[in-house]
Amino acid sequence: MKEVPATEIAAKVAELCIRACTVLPPDVVAAIESAREREESQLGRDVLSRLLENARLAADESIPMCQDTGLAVVFVEMGEGVKATGGHLPDAIAGGVRQGYETGYLRKSVVHSPLKRCNTGDNTPPVIYTEIVPGETLKITVAAKGAGSENMSRLKMMAPADGEAAVKQFVRETVERAGASACPPVIVGVGLGGSFEQCALIAKKALLRPLHDSNSDPAAAKLEADLLDAINSTGIGPMGVGGRITALALKVETAPCHIASMPVAVNLQCHAARHAEYTWE
Amino acid sequence: MSVPEPSETLVRLTTPLSDEDVQALRAGQPALITGVVYTARDAAHQRMTEALERGEELPFDLRGQVIYYVGPTPAPPGRVIGAAGPTSGSRMDGYTPALIERGLKGMIGKGPRSEEVREALKEHRAVYFGGLGGAGALLARQITAVEMVAYEDLGTEAIRRLEVDQFPVVVINDCYGGDAYADARARWQRV
Repeated sequence: MKEVPATEIAAKVAELCIRACTVLPPDVVAAIESAREREESQLGRDVLSRLLENARLAADESIPMCQDTGLAVVFVEMGEGVKATGGHLPDAIAGGVRQGYETGYLRKSVVHSPLKRCNTGDNTPPVIYTEIVPGETLKITVAAKGAGSENMSRLKMMAPADGEAAVKQFVRETVERAGASACPPVIVGVGLGGSFEQCALIAKKALLRPLHDSNSDPAAAKLEADLLDAINSTGIGPMGVGGRITALALKVETAPCHIASMPVAVNLQCHAARHAEYTWE
Repeated sequence: MSVPEPSETLVRLTTPLSDEDVQALRAGQPALITGVVYTARDAAHQRMTEALERGEELPFDLRGQVIYYVGPTPAPPGRVIGAAGPTSGSRMDGYTPALIERGLKGMIGKGPRSEEVREALKEHRAVYFGGLGGAGALLARQITAVEMVAYEDLGTEAIRRLEVDQFPVVVINDCYGGDAYADARARWQRV
């Protein structure tokens, strides 16, 4: 049995929150650089250059790249042979979020009640998904999810007869409706299948994949390529000023589903795709 | 009113804005704003609207002013403000026409506005600018001073008076019904 002290988990989560909000992952930087090479619109290229400059500044000076430092969405992969000691795992994670958002000068963007809307003051509670996996490793991923892109995300329970064409239409329409509100160039996470809530969750997990990879299933990989092309034909462009690059990447995740169902979820992620992870081996 | 030709030349604006300033702007035109702008987003708009409904004065005189839709991160030591990029304008759509009627001349946000807002821009000669979403670290460099104005209990959503120096924006909706997002798509869309 591997033991990890709760205090150590909290400290690491705090560090991950700050790192996620200030350092854009290298694959995202590379994707924006590549986009700038390919973008035909002058205004669009200017936007992409400024986004790269913004990422550089944020990392160098350790200030958030975006003022919306998000809701902390935390993915935990916990080995069966791992135990958190000296405290409960969810408490340790929440404590880490509280500490990270305070000491990192990050924005507190969480309200207690959706209707009464009183700020909790410390960006807790985080949203935590825990998965039990074989082995003795503990992996924690913190995604700081901003609302600009999250608000434009959609889910639809389609009928099996609607087919692939309807799925494509729904994904493209979601990006078009989002326009500049989602801060393009976006990253698109598509969940296909599963139950209502699983579909949304796999769409969100799709956003954590490296931007340069493709789904290992050839059919899903083809859907990814086709959808990315369709989205980059909309002309929305970087920050909606027009151009060829509306999305940096599109990832499809699928799950088995009921014979009567075909859920489709589209989780949008702005270009400031902030996530950081750590693994206790 | 004769409508001058659209232009993509960079225009330098100093706040407060006059009717003439607004009338000279065209959708798609890049601009640099210098002077005072006021921050307000969802919660501050709700409070201002409630104040107006009670017949009370607003925390600042709207005439000629520009509202920046932003909820900045806390200022680290040695800085006047943290990251400070624009948030989506659409969430303020319901509150906006009443503010434009009272003299608000400009707004800085991102994303499209409602038909009602675009009509109010035309009727009262005001303008909606798009800022660079997700570039809060870069944009903070153009903010030279920050002063609390009202609703401090709202934290990041409080109304603050910002002094900005050559703050970069693009005119999205002008006072003639022009829409830079629609123009951009018409030009770049592949069928």
